[in-house]
Amino acid sequence: MSQVLAIENLSLSIAGARVVDGVSLSVAAGEVMAIVGESGCGKSLTAAAVMRLLPPAVRQEAGSIRLAGVDIARLRESEVRGLRGRRMSMIFQEPQAALDPLSTVGTHIAQSLRQPLHRVRAEVLRMLDEVGISDPARRIDQHPFELSGGMCQRVMIASALIGRPELLLADEPTTALDVTIQAQILDLLRKLARERGTAIVLITHDMGVVADIADRVAVMYAGRIAETGPVDALFAAPRHPYTALLLASIPRLTDVPKSVLAVIPGRVPGAAEFGPGCRFAGRCPLTEPRCEAEPPPLAPIGDGRATACWRWEQMV
Amino acid sequence: MKPRMTIGMAIVLALLAAFAIAAIAAPLLAPFDPLRQSLLLRLKPPGSLLGGRSFLLGTDDLGRDLLSRVLFGARASLLVAVVAVVLSLVVGTTLGLLAGWLRGWVATVVMRLVDTMLSIPAILLAVLTVAVLGPGLLNLVVVLGLTRWPRYTRVAYAQTLQVAELPYIRAAEMAGCGTARVMWRHILPNIAGPLMVVATSEFGLMILFEAGLSFLGLGIQPPYPSWGSIMAGGRQYIERAWWLTVFPGACLFAVVFCINVAGDWLRDQVDPRAASR
Repeated sequence: MSQVLAIENLSLSIAGARVVDGVSLSVAAGEVMAIVGESGCGKSLTAAAVMRLLPPAVRQEAGSIRLAGVDIARLRESEVRGLRGRRMSMIFQEPQAALDPLSTVGTHIAQSLRQPLHRVRAEVLRMLDEVGISDPARRIDQHPFELSGGMCQRVMIASALIGRPELLLADEPTTALDVTIQAQILDLLRKLARERGTAIVLITHDMGVVADIADRVAVMYAGRIAETGPVDALFAAPRHPYTALLLASIPRLTDVPKSVLAVIPGRVPGAAEFGPGCRFAGRCPLTEPRCEAEPPPLAPIGDGRATACWRWEQMV
Repeated sequence: MKPRMTIGMAIVLALLAAFAIAAIAAPLLAPFDPLRQSLLLRLKPPGSLLGGRSFLLGTDDLGRDLLSRVLFGARASLLVAVVAVVLSLVVGTTLGLLAGWLRGWVATVVMRLVDTMLSIPAILLAVLTVAVLGPGLLNLVVVLGLTRWPRYTRVAYAQTLQVAELPYIRAAEMAGCGTARVMWRHILPNIAGPLMVVATSEFGLMILFEAGLSFLGLGIQPPYPSWGSIMAGGRQYIERAWWLTVFPGACLFAVVFCINVAGDWLRDQVDPRAASR
């Protein structure tokens, strides 16, 4: 399988603090790669770096981002702009806020093709139909305020996919939607990824979403990847204490009613508090002196899995 | 769903259209030459019938027909106001948009320039500019256009800063829109509402400015009429000839009032969200 996106050793810093530190991941065509982690762990910054739309305060310190083999950081601004919408697209958390309130659905989608709507109207209508919008002929001339949240997200997906990009970045695409719509949108994303061979990077903090749609998953903690591997294997037998604790903290229907929710004690360290060792050491039940002193590398442990923990063997 | 056109709104728009037509077709509508004097016909009241000719709005101190002068005056007043508003709107919005989008030193330079312009009395600046360029219709428009842009810049700048942070602008960039397209197609339409409100209030002000500058002798030069200069000329006869100030004044009031009402309506028209309420 050819890699559509290959991020290697990506490091981003804000005012000298490494908020994303040595992140490597790759996605193949038709594959759904999920990045999970708590708020502020660097998921969204990683995505912004791929689109090369980092906020001005953020600097890329090291690493490479390759889209089908081409290093994005080396391209001129105009060349990157040519890639956006055509070879890589992005959808966001709040679909209603991500659509220009004064553009119609049709002009918004046509924009991704760099064409005026009247020239690509048939194509846009087909795309609207494909993302499951009923009565496309009426919807194409409506404004975002006339649509529901789920429909807005379908419009976003339509405008992200109409250019047939190789890569789709989905930054918490279902967080703002209610649960039934959430499932529909996820099904749609998975279906389109299969049919069109689009590689999807799905950013989320919802383990349920990951289990539902992703092929592989990367768990991020405080700017580093803690563990990565195929979803089923990783969920069945986590090899990093953070993953294990995250999975244990999901409430289940079989829990005793009114039992105390499981939590991970402590909080994510701020960028200024990063020590020399493992960033999870302060909250980890398995911490030993070595964890505080030396950061564990993301080491392969077989079956396409890798973990950044000195003591993963104790978890088997 | 567009907001319903009320009867009041229809009247306001009809009145504005009537003024526009009067200004454009002044040479066809005016019964007499607005410049022809006759000392025998000085200060005749409205409705006078003299020598087989009727003077619907009366005559001025030099015996010129007031109706003809008001019609031609509409021309000068409205032309100056329209061109000045358009000129300052374009200049001000462009600078504000660029400053708000590019930020950094561009914003610093533009906004300090705005502060400088706003701290100079407009009349003084106008007097100075006319002193350099000389009086006249064209120079009046240039003066107004070049002194009235900072308000638009302030509004455009503040609105752009706000809109630029919204997710849909980021989404447009992610879809591959260039700077020009983002500014023109996504930011400009979304800041147009407040700018429209500024423009309409400025339009009324421009008519008043033109009147003021013409009164000071810096605008429309006699014998050519504008509402401001007719009123200024009639001021000294106000006890004997009320019509010289009342008729152009009433026109001025009606136009400025209608423009302000129409401005509110227009703002609702350009904003589809307001239309759904």
